[in-house]
Amino acid sequence: MSHPSSKPPQVGRNRGAEERPAESDPHERAASDPSAGFSRRAFIKGTGLASVAMSATVLLGDEVAKAAGQAQAGGPWVGPGPVEVTLRINGQMRRLELEPRVTLLDALRNRLDLTGAKKVCDRATCGACTIILDGKPVYSCTILAIDAAGHDILTIEGLASEDKLHPVSQAFVNNDAQQCGFCTPGFVMSCKAYLDGEPHPTYEGVQKALGGNLCRCGTYMGIRRAVLEAAEKGGRA
Amino acid sequence: MDYKWPAPDQRALIGKSITRLDGPWKSSGRIKYSFDVNRPGMLYGRMVLCPYAHAKVTKIDTSEAERMPGVKAVQIMFGEGKEVLWAGQEIVALAAETEDQARDAARRVHIEYQQLPFLVLDTTPDQAGAGSTKEMEEKTTGNPTSAFQQAEVTHQGRYGAQVITHCCMEPHGQVSEWNGDTLTAWASTQNVSGIGGEIGQGVGTPASKIEVITPVMGGGFGSKFAADTWGVACAQLAKTAGRPVKMLLERDHELMVAGARPSIYADVKVGAKRDGTLVAWDSHSWGTSGPAAPGAPPLPYVFRVPNSHVKHTAVLTNTGPARAWRAPNHPQVCVITMCALDDLAAKLGMDPYDFFLKNIEMTGERAKTYTDELVKAAELFEWKKKWHPRGDSGRGPIKRGVGLSIHTWGGAANLSNCAATIRPDGSAEVAMGTQDLGVGTRTVVGIVAAETLGLPLEAVTVKIGDSRYPAAGASGGSTTVGGVSSATRRASVAAVNELFAKVAPALGASPEELEAVGGQIRVKGNPTKALSWKQACAKLGTTPVTGTGRTSRDLTSAGVGGVQMAEVAVDTETGVTRVQKMLAVQDCGLIIDMKTAESQVYGALVMGVAYSLYEEKIMDQQTGHCLNPNMEFYKLAGIGDVGELEVHMMTDPANDSRGVIGLGEPPVVSPGAALSNAVANAIGVRVPYIPITPRSVLEALGTGKGGMA
Repeated sequence: MSHPSSKPPQVGRNRGAEERPAESDPHERAASDPSAGFSRRAFIKGTGLASVAMSATVLLGDEVAKAAGQAQAGGPWVGPGPVEVTLRINGQMRRLELEPRVTLLDALRNRLDLTGAKKVCDRATCGACTIILDGKPVYSCTILAIDAAGHDILTIEGLASEDKLHPVSQAFVNNDAQQCGFCTPGFVMSCKAYLDGEPHPTYEGVQKALGGNLCRCGTYMGIRRAVLEAAEKGGRA
Repeated sequence: MDYKWPAPDQRALIGKSITRLDGPWKSSGRIKYSFDVNRPGMLYGRMVLCPYAHAKVTKIDTSEAERMPGVKAVQIMFGEGKEVLWAGQEIVALAAETEDQARDAARRVHIEYQQLPFLVLDTTPDQAGAGSTKEMEEKTTGNPTSAFQQAEVTHQGRYGAQVITHCCMEPHGQVSEWNGDTLTAWASTQNVSGIGGEIGQGVGTPASKIEVITPVMGGGFGSKFAADTWGVACAQLAKTAGRPVKMLLERDHELMVAGARPSIYADVKVGAKRDGTLVAWDSHSWGTSGPAAPGAPPLPYVFRVPNSHVKHTAVLTNTGPARAWRAPNHPQVCVITMCALDDLAAKLGMDPYDFFLKNIEMTGERAKTYTDELVKAAELFEWKKKWHPRGDSGRGPIKRGVGLSIHTWGGAANLSNCAATIRPDGSAEVAMGTQDLGVGTRTVVGIVAAETLGLPLEAVTVKIGDSRYPAAGASGGSTTVGGVSSATRRASVAAVNELFAKVAPALGASPEELEAVGGQIRVKGNPTKALSWKQACAKLGTTPVTGTGRTSRDLTSAGVGGVQMAEVAVDTETGVTRVQKMLAVQDCGLIIDMKTAESQVYGALVMGVAYSLYEEKIMDQQTGHCLNPNMEFYKLAGIGDVGELEVHMMTDPANDSRGVIGLGEPPVVSPGAALSNAVANAIGVRVPYIPITPRSVLEALGTGKGGMA
């Protein structure tokens, strides 16, 4: 490999969670007590992911906020104003205060500066926002953040430590399976989830597993090769 | 100084298959695109769009929005009394603490309009009426009237290509932050060195006090040259609020107004002798670029038919305006020309491969290029084995067919400047205010610098994507690779010559006798008289040396050909077309990085499949709206839609000697024509327009003769 550095330039000098005192911002602080969110998770299990997400697709604007509040009647939630939620992201408990209508994608990107998942179509078509929830690839643009409580959330930032590349990411590099790269993190996550369940990928399997992600630059040939290489070299790592 | 490219046998890096430098940043999700930049205290911007395709703004009331929770700045962008020419025109911009608050506040902006009559369909000039059309210049070459009289076989048909959008994965927009009277703009732009001036004009700040930063960007394809309303709005809101503002377009806004490829349709008549010699062309073309009427498209395409008459009518519509879309005009006129010629060949009973070769001299100075490429493509594709006369596709409902097309592009270098610096500690860097749209520009700059300095690629730091670096041209029209590679070559040669001058005494030679190879500075042809790169750089003392260079015509040129072949399977019961295989044979002079060059061509084929079979910006004449400003119904090709793709780059001494030529546009030109011709070959009738949808296939089959009137 001939790369001057595996670390990208620190453009934007982004506000990283680690740059802030943990308790300084109610929107963004690490939960000191992981058990604090227990009752909420139990509640969410009861209501289920799909029902609330679906209501968000048919209602608009203020109505969503109202509905979210109503849906929680009897639960600990108060809407439409900000509510507390604790999310388990890349193995860390993160406590956030956000409006019930905030999507998981917006919570990741805007509150936690986890910007690997991209916002492109914002309605579950293109896959650029793909993260892995309880081992399954999902569109984080179409899950409310409050509904993700109690689930294991893996984002691309959690695939490998800062100075390393996950084998799937490395395979994308080797096979030039990316051009502008904006869709790439979504593809990498879909690919990782696929290989976790399928150590011996087939051509047809790749077409299906990655059929929920779109690329505008047209890197599909490289992606097909990358999936096969990652499988050979241990994409399950 | 001797700037010329090293001879092929002396290249360590140039022309090899080299992995892109920013690959790990992207596939790890760590690099921050403009959309990803989060600044302390940052607000979220949003724009209020006009819902009408044609209207006058009569009243704007922002008072309620200003009182909404979280709102910190409101700015009118398109004032009372102004005339809106397309739905989606930005009227008011505002910024609030959260995205949701900005969305809520946008709903509380009250704007009144006087609605005006509109046309949003790119209909024929007759249907559009004189008030909505503009006649462009008519042109006659030779004597088409008598040529048609003498032609033994003629064919008439209607062909065309629809309006599509750019649909970049990263939308247009930027993050703006003021520090006193200076502005930093993290912009998703194809024009890092250029847009500062435009933003500055909008907010009354000299460009010298504006820094534009774009280390990576999520696609442009010709739509991101300008600062645009949102760029100026973002900077203005940040100024008013005294806080950073992020303003990236929503997907519907992006698809409605942030770029459209014009449609072009044409009624074509072509004539040939019975032996296949093309003698005459006549076309009346039309299409829409929105409310404006740019020049007539180049018809007939590639083939300079000796007798021709062309006429173009612009249809003026109230639709989001046209922007350059990868190879402006070429994909559309390629469909019109190559499909008409393919139909003429069918009428002559000729294989289009033979028909194209028969007339190849009409392509002018690139006749040999096209001949070589056609022969190579036919060999790789097994064309002669796959081609069959129309209507001879077997008995079942699934019909197979093949089609071909040829194309051209210029690709001359843009004007770019580069500074190459060698430091006493042995570190080396090149800096230029260019940008990498995803095509590999960063990698190309690194390869040229490393080759010139005799260093491995990882030893050179490439600094691009910042307007503080030496100015470089916008990335459009396949002009970047020539600009950056020649400027980098000259800057690096200049820098290393400075180093030679410092090192020469220690090697007991004159500077002209030295060369930089394999991590050494040595006497040419005498590896024993050498210093390691580090030792040599230490001779600089404490002062680094910098060489500067700009674009050079000696290292670059322009003008390429290109041949593509496609194989499809069409289900005549459902109308669904499946791509089986596409082949691109492409020349582009001297190739710097084979890996990213091939990726460009693969990508163009995928984009080509998308616009040939799926993409279409659908406008509704009842409401004046775009009906599919989203990615469910504005359809791109997925990984399972593109079939097998093969790319062959023409790399021979003749191409090598031409220097560097741009590659981004040419391979995206032919897919529409090649696929349309393959479908015609499969089902025996022409589907007149792209995209070739199941519905249009069934319609063509229903009318029997389709476009072959």
